[in-house]
Amino acid sequence: MYDFELMRPATLDEAIAALGDEDAQPLSGGQTLIPTLKNRLAMPSRLVSLSGIAELRGVTVEGDVMRIGGGTTHGAVAREAADRFPGLAGLAARIGDPAVRNRGTIGGSVANNDPSACYPAAAMATGATIVVQGAEGARDIAADDYFQGMFATALEEGEIVTGLRFPIPLASNYQKFEQPASRFPLVGVFVARYGDRVGVGVTGAAEDGVFRWAEAEEALAEEFSPRAVEALRLPAEGLIGDLHGTPEYRAHVARVMTARAVSAAG
Amino acid sequence: MKIDMTVNGRNVSGEVEGRTLLVEFLREGLGLTGTHVGCDTSQCGACVVHVDGAAVKACSIFAAECDGAQVATIEGQGNADGSLGAIQQAFQDYHGLQCGFCTPGMVMSAAALLKDNPKPSEAEVRDYLQGNLCRCTGYHNIVKAILAASGQEVAPVARVEA
Repeated sequence: MYDFELMRPATLDEAIAALGDEDAQPLSGGQTLIPTLKNRLAMPSRLVSLSGIAELRGVTVEGDVMRIGGGTTHGAVAREAADRFPGLAGLAARIGDPAVRNRGTIGGSVANNDPSACYPAAAMATGATIVVQGAEGARDIAADDYFQGMFATALEEGEIVTGLRFPIPLASNYQKFEQPASRFPLVGVFVARYGDRVGVGVTGAAEDGVFRWAEAEEALAEEFSPRAVEALRLPAEGLIGDLHGTPEYRAHVARVMTARAVSAAG
Repeated sequence: MKIDMTVNGRNVSGEVEGRTLLVEFLREGLGLTGTHVGCDTSQCGACVVHVDGAAVKACSIFAAECDGAQVATIEGQGNADGSLGAIQQAFQDYHGLQCGFCTPGMVMSAAALLKDNPKPSEAEVRDYLQGNLCRCTGYHNIVKAILAASGQEVAPVARVEA
């Protein structure tokens, strides 16, 4: 690792101010960033640790919306979202391993936007709002606008993800087919059912990162059953082809995961 | 920068760089070499310690982030009289280690599991050890040891029906 200054602000305002410095970078749980630093793939002069900021942590429910602070760990999401939003809790409970879940955070995950990360599928399927804050103030970004391709997001320099707001679905489930070495999803699908619509978010599969499978959303809005997706074919164009699977294979797995998620959501 | 923390109940302090990992501070700063560095990429779990009660990989957290924290390592798992703690003893009784390199992390993960879930099922034990790699034992004896430490029957683990 190259050397850097590590700052541990106690408040969000202090963190935003500290991130104003050129070459400063936020550090959340560090479960991706620290390995990246070890490989010298990042060279910040200053790291601003967000882990000491209490106001960034926590799960709260207001009406039909669940708000999760950006600094909330996967483990905490798995515990605290379980009653009201078990689909999301189940997703969080299967990220990485227990020790990783005790450090990694939802805000860090969506800020990084790894093309195989789990949370973006849930954010897309539910139509979540990503709340970000920088020196210019806070703003809300719809998930559809926020995720912009592999590791690319609508975050501006100096902005951090302070939280996400999820419209709580009537039923939801996440299914992932794990790449056995990394345990990241080769393909992961989040299905969320609401009174008037169904959301389907697919991660791991596409060269442009997470996406919504509109055809499946329409079919499932008509009939919410695994049978409704059986006849669908996700086009292989734009899907990832590598040694783990061809684009056609990923398209097939996406359909199977969607059907399983529908079945499990009930 | 100067940091202070409590390690196995003892107040310690030291001088670290921003990039100093917790595992480096424990091993090189405090001489607590029981916590092992296996992969250094947060895969293997040999470096698992507890920070404020939660199992974390000490190779993937900066020492300075643990300023003021309560840290527990394998050195604190023994009994006050120097004898092995219950989980450690079970690992010995059930041959839960061969080369022993992964054992500190296994024991610390097991301790975290049993704190939250005092009577885990075999499946829950295996699931909890997802982030702890062992290249010797094939895991069966580790699972037996953890079930035994929780006071449960171990006979059904990995039993092959004739």
